[in-house]
Amino acid sequence: MRLLTFAILLCGSAWAQEVRVFPVQGDVSMLVGPGGNITVQAGKEGMVVVDTQTAAAAPQVMAAIRKLSDMPIIWVINTSLDADHIGGNEALLRLGGSNEASLRARVVTHENVLNRLVAPAVAQARVSDAASINDTYFRSPKDFLFNGEAVMVYHMPAAHTDGDSIVLFRKSDVLSVGDIFTPDRYPVIDLTNGGSVQGLLDALNKILEMAVAGKYQEGGTFVIPGHGRLCDEADVVEFRDMVTIIRDRVQDMIKRGMTLEQVKAGKPSRDYDTQYSGSPDVFVESIYKSLTARKP
Amino acid sequence: MSKAAMLVVCAALWGVPAFAQVDFSGEWAPLYHEDGPERLPGPELGDYTELPINDAARLRADSWDADRISVVEQYQCRPHGSDYSMRGLGNMRVWREIDPATQRLVGFHTHMLAWDSERTLYMDGRPHPPEYANHTWQGFSTAVWEGTMLTVTTTHLKENYIRRNGVPRSDQAIVTEHWMRHGEYLTVVTVIDDPVFLTEPLVRSDNWYLDPGQHIGIFGCEHAPELPKAEGVVPHHLPGTNPYLHEISEWYGIPYEATRGGAETLYPEYRLKLNGYKAPPKCDRYCTCTTLFDCQLR
Repeated sequence: MRLLTFAILLCGSAWAQEVRVFPVQGDVSMLVGPGGNITVQAGKEGMVVVDTQTAAAAPQVMAAIRKLSDMPIIWVINTSLDADHIGGNEALLRLGGSNEASLRARVVTHENVLNRLVAPAVAQARVSDAASINDTYFRSPKDFLFNGEAVMVYHMPAAHTDGDSIVLFRKSDVLSVGDIFTPDRYPVIDLTNGGSVQGLLDALNKILEMAVAGKYQEGGTFVIPGHGRLCDEADVVEFRDMVTIIRDRVQDMIKRGMTLEQVKAGKPSRDYDTQYSGSPDVFVESIYKSLTARKP
Repeated sequence: MSKAAMLVVCAALWGVPAFAQVDFSGEWAPLYHEDGPERLPGPELGDYTELPINDAARLRADSWDADRISVVEQYQCRPHGSDYSMRGLGNMRVWREIDPATQRLVGFHTHMLAWDSERTLYMDGRPHPPEYANHTWQGFSTAVWEGTMLTVTTTHLKENYIRRNGVPRSDQAIVTEHWMRHGEYLTVVTVIDDPVFLTEPLVRSDNWYLDPGQHIGIFGCEHAPELPKAEGVVPHHLPGTNPYLHEISEWYGIPYEATRGGAETLYPEYRLKLNGYKAPPKCDRYCTCTTLFDCQLR
């Protein structure tokens, strides 16, 4: 029996480490692994990869990418500075980039990502991540045509962080939105790195503005979240509503003079805690601090 | 009996289930004698009776504001989930798909009046999609025979409601249906397992009669801004501020606690707890409600 249990655990562990390929729409696929989602657009010019997970996961990620194409990775876009989105840049390009100078991959982030990665407090820990970025932008959107498709990178200021990007694959009609949207877990509002609850809501509303649902609110534009299953506009609506309603409740409690501890004790997210993973206290605290922060 | 003859008999028996199966094909019109007021005019606000909901579902429903359907454009054309569409606007067409090579049944297709919703009940043994696949309003359904009853399992549903006064059903729910045909009548028993919002399975039944002359028209829906509003507004009631929650208790004479739902309130023993309950002297609301045309408020 113990042997059987061990075998089940071993198999489960092996499955959990595997990176799966899920075709989404047009030329775009989603790679699903333990570190989150990766978006790949593959065509005759090469590949665009949005987010790279971690260096440790690079061999599994590359094995999955090779199921889609043998062409080199030409563009990498990081949706934020998080280590599980950017940490695989260098390792992945070593495995799947090109040695030809003309085909050297461009690694794109908003400039705030690089600025934060080279800040004195974090530079030592994230030096290889910072070094992997070679193409920042500051005017949104940054766009380019690749594999016959317009790829548009939009900056979402002060959302999950202040360097978030979302990527629209215009012909395939797919949005890759990083950790601004995580359908099965509470969002992380990284106040230290410039995130805010209002910025997060602005970004979610922008995604809703850009997405066009198919007949009767289904399909149409597909949305690849930073973590979790493939979604469409209707799923983003549920998530946006959740953030809005909890924000409104915390705002009301602040107006009534409640302290952070009192707000947390009031459990303003309690009807969502059975649905979304992650710490409700951390989420509520980030909303509280975001709403009570002094404007610069 | 020779081996060859036995093989012939076995081969014939192998095909028997296909002939013993029930055909659900046809135009089906819904019967609303069960839960008529809830299904036709719509449930009363704050009516959570007969629902084994948890505290999270109760607060979610308390917070729900019907303005959301109008103010949030994406809600305007949002369909019922396949579990709920069986209960409302449930005129349904069913047709079967036969594999021309084997003459075996590979599945049933359904078309509902509500939002032109279409669903396939796959019977070819295909697996359900992986957990990271997208969810839909109809979900992904597979079906197997249990005698003459068809048992359908549906996963990959989008979040929706189990009662359209805001009581939610999550996207993690698994819905099991048992389809039974009795001549010109069809009964579908639906069992909803929802680890997010229910403390025990919710069991409901719906009935149809065969109506060969039925014509299901196009539903049609186009969303559009209906009210001037600030971007991102989501109408809802803050906890403890919904003024409508006691209406059902006052109108029907049901103790407020009983209207709040929960598994305990489903069972006959719960009546023993309703001390002092007195039914209203006469029916005053939705007293006849068996079709869309006789369901008058008073």
